[in-house]
Amino acid sequence: MSTQPISNQRPPLDLQTRSMRLNTARRNATNYFISALSVLATVLVILPLIAILFYLIYKGASSLNFAFFTHIPAPVGESGGGMANSIVGSGIILLVASLMGIPIGIAAGVYLAEFGRGKPLATAVRFTADVLNGVPSIVMGISIYSLIVLQQKHFSALAGGVALAIMMVPTITRTTEEMLGTVPHAIREAALGLGVPKWRTAISVSLRTASPGIITGCMLAFARVAGETAPLLFTAFGNQFWSFKLNEPIAALPLQIYVYAISPYDEWHRLAWAGSLVLIVLIMVSVTLVRIFANRGVLKGGS
Amino acid sequence: MQNSPIREFLSKRGSGSLADNSFAAVMLLCALSIFAIVFFILTILILRSHQSLVQFGWKFFTRQAWDPVSGDFGALPFIYGTLATSLLALLMAVPLALGVAVFLTELCPRPLRAPISFLTELLAAIPSVVYGLWAVFVLVPLMRDHLGPFLVKTLGWTGFFEGANFGVGLLTASIILAIMILPIISSLTRDIMNAVPNSQREAVLALGATRWEMIRIGVLRNSRIGIVGAVMLGLGRALGETMAVTMVIGNHPDISKSLFAPGYTLASVIANEFSEATGDLYLSALIEIGLALFLVTIVVNTIARLMVWAVTRNAPARVH
Repeated sequence: MSTQPISNQRPPLDLQTRSMRLNTARRNATNYFISALSVLATVLVILPLIAILFYLIYKGASSLNFAFFTHIPAPVGESGGGMANSIVGSGIILLVASLMGIPIGIAAGVYLAEFGRGKPLATAVRFTADVLNGVPSIVMGISIYSLIVLQQKHFSALAGGVALAIMMVPTITRTTEEMLGTVPHAIREAALGLGVPKWRTAISVSLRTASPGIITGCMLAFARVAGETAPLLFTAFGNQFWSFKLNEPIAALPLQIYVYAISPYDEWHRLAWAGSLVLIVLIMVSVTLVRIFANRGVLKGGS
Repeated sequence: MQNSPIREFLSKRGSGSLADNSFAAVMLLCALSIFAIVFFILTILILRSHQSLVQFGWKFFTRQAWDPVSGDFGALPFIYGTLATSLLALLMAVPLALGVAVFLTELCPRPLRAPISFLTELLAAIPSVVYGLWAVFVLVPLMRDHLGPFLVKTLGWTGFFEGANFGVGLLTASIILAIMILPIISSLTRDIMNAVPNSQREAVLALGATRWEMIRIGVLRNSRIGIVGAVMLGLGRALGETMAVTMVIGNHPDISKSLFAPGYTLASVIANEFSEATGDLYLSALIEIGLALFLVTIVVNTIARLMVWAVTRNAPARVH
């Protein structure tokens, strides 16, 4: 606007001085360096996963056969044999755990989301659940051992189921609460406005609307405890033979993998790889399914 | 009006408060069962470890003896092994996890974001015993034949890599622990970084910062408490990790400066010796170790949760 030359007014803004250029170059170099480092870190993290998966598939697939799913373990020195009893045993333990853990977990989540909003008690429960989630699984194992196995005087499938159930509860509680939190209040109010009692609203409206997410949470908790070995060491104990009774020691897939992995026999190592492959395929299929359904089914636009 | 059918219907139906209250009571009971679980674990561990608590007192945690035959127990070697492996694992995992989180929140092209976070979540879903199996047959030979000699050649002067290298030992256990705690630290850190408002980033960028400066000043500085919390949650996981560590640490109650030396952790001594513990004192010493592990992880987790909460409490729910 004025006729004065502008360049005289602001010499400090000259971006082309030597020190300025150096500074910019240094900052850009740092930027690229850090970006490269973080890409490198990601690659380094993904790499072991790929390595573990490929090695597992390579080793496991070559030792999987039909007998693995139909036979019980062969005695040392004999080839062949399978882990049929461990697969069934894992199924029984997980069924017991789910029957106990899922209802309690969901009910606790319903309390937190529907009845305990803003109450200090609910905050305390939430916090305890988070902390319980981080308790080492081996500690669960020895407490259940002290409580059930010492009373019964023998290891049992029931004790293993209880240990796993306790590990499922906090995860399910927290996901149920989070999922119920996404159900819009307007839906609840509509139900209450029609004269539906509160308990009926919680079950038929809130829980039903949030059910895809809650099922996801249950599956994740299930997948997590399916691979747990430590709590089963002193509760289910393992068994080389068929067992269907709840009050007897029972075989479990992760336990059997552990026993075979630390054994000195090549034949058993082979079975351990096969067992790991089966276990990991089961877990990954459930996690992936959960992921797909969770993305599709979760309530959109709720707050 | 008094006898209108609607009023009649409603009065016959009752208020339903009984059903409502009993439903609320059942839900409350289930919620309280979580307290009950923690309380019962604590009680039973204290009860069962009573004998060892009385006999050794606090000295239990500073004594090095572990002699089941003469009934002399001390937990120091296990505490050392647990701390050494966990801290080493953190040392390896934290920079990598931070790198992954920065990559995922700030640098990663959008279409790659979901698959990579999915992959890291899969890493978290692999059971510990499978990690152990992989470590026994892949990591241990690798350590014995390649990584170990390399470390001796380059870092031998530090004194941390002395003695015979069998492939199993503190270092191998730390590496497998690092791989196992990486996903939890990186996914939590990612959530915390996502909780930083975009206006912070835009403000720093508007001042002419490069992307790294924006991440450092705008994102990392705002989320540092949460990141420390995430690291502590990883620490809690590492302290209690049992199976994979038991399979590769060598299981020898010894305190050694060398990272090649076999060690023992609190969790793995329980896993290995609990079922063959003879005598009440032996058993109660092992349960006391479990009690210590329980209390330590509770404290670590509590601090960590408080830190994570402090950051993400007011953040809006994450939308993918």
